[in-house]
Amino acid sequence: MEIVYKKPSNLSETQPNNFCPGCMHSTAWKLIGEVLDEMELTEKCVWIAGVGCVANAHRYIELDQFNQPHGRACAGASAFKRCNPDTFLFTYQGDGDLAAIGLGETISAANRGDNFTVIFINNGIYGMTGGQMAPTTLIGSKTTTTPFGRTAGEHGYPIHMCELLNTLQAPSYIARCTTADVPNVRKTKNCIRKAFQNQLDGKGFSFVEIISNCPTNWGMTPLESLDYIHDVVLKEFELGEFRCR
Amino acid sequence: MQEKKFMKGCEAVAEAAVRAGCRFYAGYPITPQNDVPEYFSRRMPQVGGVFLQGESEVASANMLLAAAASGTRAMTTSSSCGISLMSEAISWLAMHHLPAVIGNFQRGGPGIGSIQPSQQDYTQATKASGNGGFQMIVLAPSTLQEAADMTYEAFDLADKYSFPVLVLLDGFTGTMMEPVAMPEAKSDEEVAAIKASKTWVPRGREKDHTLHNITDGAPLQERNIREAEMYEAWKTTEVKWEEYLTEDAELIISGYGIAARIAKSVVNDLRKAGYKVGLIRPIRVNPFPAQAFEKLNYEKLRGILCTELSIPAQYAVDVRNVVHGRTPVGTALSSGGEIITADAIYEAAVEMYGKL
Amino acid sequence: MKTTLICAGFGGQGVMVAGQILCYTACETTDKFVTFFPSYGVEMRGGTANCYVVIGDEEIGAPMVNHVNNLMVFNTPSFEKFVDYLEPGGNLFINTSVVKERPTRTDINVIEVDAGTIAIELGSSKCLNLVMAGAFVGYTGVLPEENCVQTIFKKLGAKRPEMNPINEAAFRKGLEIGKAARK
Repeated sequence: MEIVYKKPSNLSETQPNNFCPGCMHSTAWKLIGEVLDEMELTEKCVWIAGVGCVANAHRYIELDQFNQPHGRACAGASAFKRCNPDTFLFTYQGDGDLAAIGLGETISAANRGDNFTVIFINNGIYGMTGGQMAPTTLIGSKTTTTPFGRTAGEHGYPIHMCELLNTLQAPSYIARCTTADVPNVRKTKNCIRKAFQNQLDGKGFSFVEIISNCPTNWGMTPLESLDYIHDVVLKEFELGEFRCR
Repeated sequence: MQEKKFMKGCEAVAEAAVRAGCRFYAGYPITPQNDVPEYFSRRMPQVGGVFLQGESEVASANMLLAAAASGTRAMTTSSSCGISLMSEAISWLAMHHLPAVIGNFQRGGPGIGSIQPSQQDYTQATKASGNGGFQMIVLAPSTLQEAADMTYEAFDLADKYSFPVLVLLDGFTGTMMEPVAMPEAKSDEEVAAIKASKTWVPRGREKDHTLHNITDGAPLQERNIREAEMYEAWKTTEVKWEEYLTEDAELIISGYGIAARIAKSVVNDLRKAGYKVGLIRPIRVNPFPAQAFEKLNYEKLRGILCTELSIPAQYAVDVRNVVHGRTPVGTALSSGGEIITADAIYEAAVEMYGKL
Repeated sequence: MKTTLICAGFGGQGVMVAGQILCYTACETTDKFVTFFPSYGVEMRGGTANCYVVIGDEEIGAPMVNHVNNLMVFNTPSFEKFVDYLEPGGNLFINTSVVKERPTRTDINVIEVDAGTIAIELGSSKCLNLVMAGAFVGYTGVLPEENCVQTIFKKLGAKRPEMNPINEAAFRKGLEIGKAARK
């Protein structure tokens, strides 16, 4: 019988993931896994985990991996890739990790144009620590540290990482996509593939932001969270390829 | 051994590192150790190594962490307040059991302090260079020859235990110049072999050597018990100290690094004046050389004078802990970037010695 | 035998280079032990600069000393700050082009060197530090003079070979002054 679909070889057959039901971290990982398999990168790939919900993913994602302290994945990736340039390398970071505590490291690595890929999961909230405000939290959103809703006056506006990085000369690929519906899932996979190809071609820093959800801390069902992305989040965060070299 | 070259301390450290096979350096400018990154930026391209100027000490130390994970012999240096910023990554090196060398050219503190030399990071270096109660072997050179030799040795020690090693220097040793005979350079083949021998390096899935965090209590406790055994074993296998004229000494002067260097000339001057004085100098300040103080004949000892560039005293606390009241322990101190003079140590020693 | 020296002046007067030429010569051409310790103000330009040089036959303890047997002062603040660091019988080398003051103490040897004027006459105000270094070597005889000239060629001539004749002339003029003062 012809195989028309199979699970990526780099996701565990036996260990279930420990993401919450409906969380699209799983979707992102499935896409990464598929692209790695399709590009025959699974065996030579190393990824660096940020700190957040993904920090324990090594239990069910069967790729070689190591952790960096909170926010420092891009600094580590710069060093690792320069020491071992033959290794295919990506970081996987959430919005607190990449855009708050690690903002300096992210921008500096992008500005150096270091040749690795960043997968940035933006769900507008701190998931693992229980739903605090992230730098990407929307105005008006209630979180456990903005109990009356985020206000521009008190907390500033949500940070747009793609637009920010797009002011730099060095990055070779910058895109924002979402996994909130099937056509966009396909587009996301395509963006990941392009970013990975850029690294293989030695073009330098590539960055894929994925607008994701957090049903648990948003206080929504998974389906409601998808509607919320379409109706609200995407009004703030424009999708598209900002740069493709 | 090669012929001696008149070198700056910072450059002696950097060149010795390169000769030991260091092929990665990341650092952020901070006085008084800027000659280190500057030297590496010129030298690394000559040996196919990587030099990265980090955007901060935080980034530099995290670059070090990842470079260590890549199997490359790796180093960072900084000074006091910069080392504080690095402490999280140093703790992670210990957690991941990764070999790396860190150099601290101590300057006056606390806070931004001064750019002048100090020894005010002793307790931090020997007991808490980060969270979690880990320890490092801490080497404390007192001449530039030692700074070069110990930096070289630090890479071997780091690989031996697969653990971070700290070279505890000071702004004085970093900026002064002195003749140094450089240790022999490792060949490219030797450097490559060292890297290849590190089987835990993440190289891709077929190797499957994930360096992941241990986030559960029980396995973490188990690991920490093993680490504690390692620290305990160091106390017999990795202690190093120098004894100078201690045999018949009635007063011991003790200190490490630059303070010990000054103290040694004071011991010579005191001997000339008829005082029976000796010197105990830890060559490594962690593990602490308790043995050196156990050997002393407390019956005839008038006291121990600890000298260090720190107020309040830090090194003297460790000496008091091992001496346990068997003889008075005094101090001759300076701080904040002031360098204790030979005269001040001399006078304190004479006072403690009492009648000839 | 231990020779201790402080060279002190403004940043930019070549104070460090004067000390280093002596140290390189001691390290590379003699069996002596030697240390050099620089001390700067926080400013990159125009601040105070001084260095401590110790040259000895035995291992050197403190590389920074608060009493010396030689002092070279390039400017007035240095003269005022360090003159009391000199031990009785010590040697004070004064750049008289800049320093108009003279010590009140009489237990030291004063060697007056019009280094700034000589340097300008030779064609480069920058070489005043070598006039001072020459005077020190000429007066004390601590280092072989020809070796010092070679060090100057090696260290300063590497980047600016065209300066070699002026540098040599400056150092030799200093030597002359130092030797004359010895008598």
